[in-house]
Amino acid sequence: MTSEEIYSKLEPIIKTYLPEDVSAKEVNRKSDLTRELNINSAHLVDIVLDIEDVFNIEFKNEDMERLRNVNDAISLIQQKTSA
Amino acid sequence: MKYQYIINQLPYSEPFLFVDEVLSVSEDNILGTYTFKKDLIFYEGHFKDNPVTPGVILTECMAQIGLVCLGIFLLKDETSSEKINLALSSTEIDFYCPVFPGEKVKVVSIKEYFRFNKLKCKVKMLNAKDEIIAKGTISGMIVNRDLK
Repeated sequence: MTSEEIYSKLEPIIKTYLPEDVSAKEVNRKSDLTRELNINSAHLVDIVLDIEDVFNIEFKNEDMERLRNVNDAISLIQQKTSA
Repeated sequence: MKYQYIINQLPYSEPFLFVDEVLSVSEDNILGTYTFKKDLIFYEGHFKDNPVTPGVILTECMAQIGLVCLGIFLLKDETSSEKINLALSSTEIDFYCPVFPGEKVKVVSIKEYFRFNKLKCKVKMLNAKDEIIAKGTISGMIVNRDLK
């Protein structure tokens, strides 16, 4: 899967969990999920669980530690879907 | 009392402890009880001359039994002396009937998932007649440090 294809599936997942005071327009590939998009740690878990379902992959605790921005998510998904 | 070790691990005390007993617990569910003593402080004001247990207190009781007690059990092998703290992250509860002073309630919680330190459960509260008082979902993040 190309990173564009991944992003097109990932973007709607992230937008589901955006707080009301963050506009969907602010989501881009460099967005820091917790610091810039203001997603809390509980919703970050929800995003990962949705990613697991949509891409049929499994995240581990150490993957969580590497997950900071949207590009991190894309590269983790790319790694796992191509494995 | 069964499962006293779970209750001993709870980070609450009077007047904010809403767990009396844990009757059963497994990797997937928990059952506990609490009796709302007639002299609890909030009955003086909720409501004036008409004491009814506040919904937030029912939610707290459901969270303490359904989420925190279950969380302590799920983490029993990982934590030794360290106290568990659980930060509530979301509650969605519907209420069906009132709880008056002196009533004993049962809380049943079924785990939906426990991953990356987030515990999400479907939780029900029942009265002595086994009628549903409240039900919904509660989730929290387990953090093994002081919340400051």
